[in-house]
Amino acid sequence: MQFRNDNSMKLSQLVPGQKGIIKEFTDLEMSVKLMEMGCLPGEPVVVERFAPLGDPMAITVSGYQLSLRKSEASTIILHV
Amino acid sequence: MSSGLKVALVGNPNTGKSTLFNALTGLNQKVGNFPGITVDKKTGFCRLSDGRTAEIIDLPGTYSLYPKSKDESIVLEVLTDKTSRLYPDLVVVLADASNLKRNLLLYTQVADLKIPVIIALNMMDLARKAGTEINVDELSARLGVRIVPICARTKENISGLKEAIQQMSAIPLQRETIEVEAIAPGLIAKIQNELQVESPYAALQLAHQHENMHYLSARQSDRIEELEQEFSFHSQKAQAAETIARYNFINDVLFDTVKQRTSVIEETISNRIDKVLTHKVWGFIIFFGILFLIFQAIFSWSEYPMSLIEDLFVWLGSTAHAVLPPGVFTDMLVDGVLAGLSGVLVFIPQIAILFAFISILEDTGYMARVTFMMDKIMRKVGLSGKSVVPLIGGLACAVPSIMGTRNIENWKDRIITIMVTPLVSCSARLPIYTLLISLVVPDTRLWGFVNMQGLALMAMYVLGIVSAILVAWVMKKLIKARERGYFIMELPVYRMPRWSNVGLTMYEKVKTFVVQAGKVIIAISVVLWVLATYGPAKKQQEIEQKYTALQQTNQYPQEELQRMKASDKLENSYAGLLGRAIEPAIKPLGYDWKIGIALITSFAAREVFVGTMATIYSVDSSGDDVVSVREKMRAATEPDTGRPVFTLATAFSLMVFYAFAMQCMSTLAIVYRETKSLKWPVIQFIYMGVMAYIASLIVYQVLK
Repeated sequence: MQFRNDNSMKLSQLVPGQKGIIKEFTDLEMSVKLMEMGCLPGEPVVVERFAPLGDPMAITVSGYQLSLRKSEASTIILHV
Repeated sequence: MSSGLKVALVGNPNTGKSTLFNALTGLNQKVGNFPGITVDKKTGFCRLSDGRTAEIIDLPGTYSLYPKSKDESIVLEVLTDKTSRLYPDLVVVLADASNLKRNLLLYTQVADLKIPVIIALNMMDLARKAGTEINVDELSARLGVRIVPICARTKENISGLKEAIQQMSAIPLQRETIEVEAIAPGLIAKIQNELQVESPYAALQLAHQHENMHYLSARQSDRIEELEQEFSFHSQKAQAAETIARYNFINDVLFDTVKQRTSVIEETISNRIDKVLTHKVWGFIIFFGILFLIFQAIFSWSEYPMSLIEDLFVWLGSTAHAVLPPGVFTDMLVDGVLAGLSGVLVFIPQIAILFAFISILEDTGYMARVTFMMDKIMRKVGLSGKSVVPLIGGLACAVPSIMGTRNIENWKDRIITIMVTPLVSCSARLPIYTLLISLVVPDTRLWGFVNMQGLALMAMYVLGIVSAILVAWVMKKLIKARERGYFIMELPVYRMPRWSNVGLTMYEKVKTFVVQAGKVIIAISVVLWVLATYGPAKKQQEIEQKYTALQQTNQYPQEELQRMKASDKLENSYAGLLGRAIEPAIKPLGYDWKIGIALITSFAAREVFVGTMATIYSVDSSGDDVVSVREKMRAATEPDTGRPVFTLATAFSLMVFYAFAMQCMSTLAIVYRETKSLKWPVIQFIYMGVMAYIASLIVYQVLK
């Protein structure tokens, strides 16, 4: 029910301050690296900021800050 | 050494691993190489209270046993190669208590390799501040492993850790974490059986990474490949399944052992600092301010110690001349070895200062932010955000900057950075530029305030930076990447720098530089000295006779005579003959044989140019006395046409040559050391040489 009316978005599409919960990954190879770094399905994510030139971005996930390129963030699908 | 106890230190990056390593071993460290791979092997010795000595092996920081870069694969190699001298008796996993979940992933992997293991739990204070209560005894019981809370920064309970190392059990006692066999049923048992691998997880890791394990024979590796086909093993799917299973296990354990008080939604200090330091406007202003400070410091702070070192060598040289009997041996010792040595050691202050700053920037966490800010621009030309600092450092000296590229994980980004850093105008080019510019560019002002000479100097610096960027862009197209580039990177919280780490880094880098580059430079200087001192015996004899005759005429003052003789001898030395030999090749660039000698001698180091010019134009001065060299050079004319040698065209052609050509033995030596292959220094030498020749040719022919 909750899932039906919420939006699925790519992490790269969020704006600073926006939150979401990791739903799935679209790139297997990238997902392995991201999961090792604590980006697991079900884990909440907050977008902290974008670099001054718009890429990469910084997020808070499982208690620390992680920076990743937008192209990498676009492989993470979130419930928003 | 009464025991061969070997302890491997493993942990995530930014957990204080190097601080712990320093706390355990102090200055008792040595840096070597892992066989066959470009990773520094840091080992050190630690005295235990029962009198035994443990050898500590510091392995590269990693988030998991699956490597993000080739360098990280050494961790698994060391932990699974039982035949190696480095195979540890015990693994200490350093875990950050404030980020326990992510840190335990690596622990569960190491634990499943079935090597005796203990956990050193660092940063308990940070965890407590964040409202996390860890029941250490309960956690220890659940994992079946000894956990020692420590504080690496304040060296708190290092003795407790040493005690735990001393009391380690000879067999692994930790509980299994996940059901490894379920990930690749059949395959794991098969590999265990055929390759005699004890732990199922080690067998699974071999299935994933057999290509990176140097200790496996080609036959063994092929066999694993075959088995993978047979069981249709999919490496990435298996990794994903394993990681999820491990986090499930960790979540279960942490649910019972860690209590998170409702965390206060309070903006952390780090976040507030980041708002300023990575701000759209302030971020860049502060960054360039810091660069300016570093650049200034490298020049101004090093001036005094550098002149002290020079003075010391002058004193040593004159003392040696006074004490030792005159002769060939003394000459070679003083003018060859000592001169070469001072050429190396004079760089120590600049290297120490650059590395002090780099280590402070890294320690505080600022470097990660620089990378974060600059990544987009740098990526466009084939570099990475992490290339910024080495490139800037190249303005002072390429040698320490190339050593500083170690923290670029991606192999391709790092190679490109190493290849283009020497194009950035280093401080050794400065005396050449100033000498030549003052020779041909009028000291007048444009529009009343722009100094033409200053403008020309700036143009040379811009030329260096622009060419570095262009070459990087070309190399990005040419070099094939061996590994996929990731940027996924932790932004560590800001911390005060640990000064003992800064000091150790400086010490270590200076030592590496002196030992590694020093050997090559001394050898080359001796060769150059021989070439510039000796010549075909017949010609040298003629010169001796000519001057003996002249001396008797009393036509010239004694000093003048000595200078003329030295100049004549140089012309007929092997180096001089070499200069004449290459004259046809350099004539189109506007150079005569005298400049040719300078080109050859400054192959060892660019700054030799001014000194060589001084000797050739028989000016009795060292390179510092630029005015008199300048006057002589200005007066120099071509013997056949009578036109001045140093025209605008020749001077600029020469400057462009020095801007591009790879005339620095120390840099080539360090590139060889850093890439551990002859290929890269050779490519660098050739591409820069070709670029220099073509560019100088164009400049001379256009301006002529």
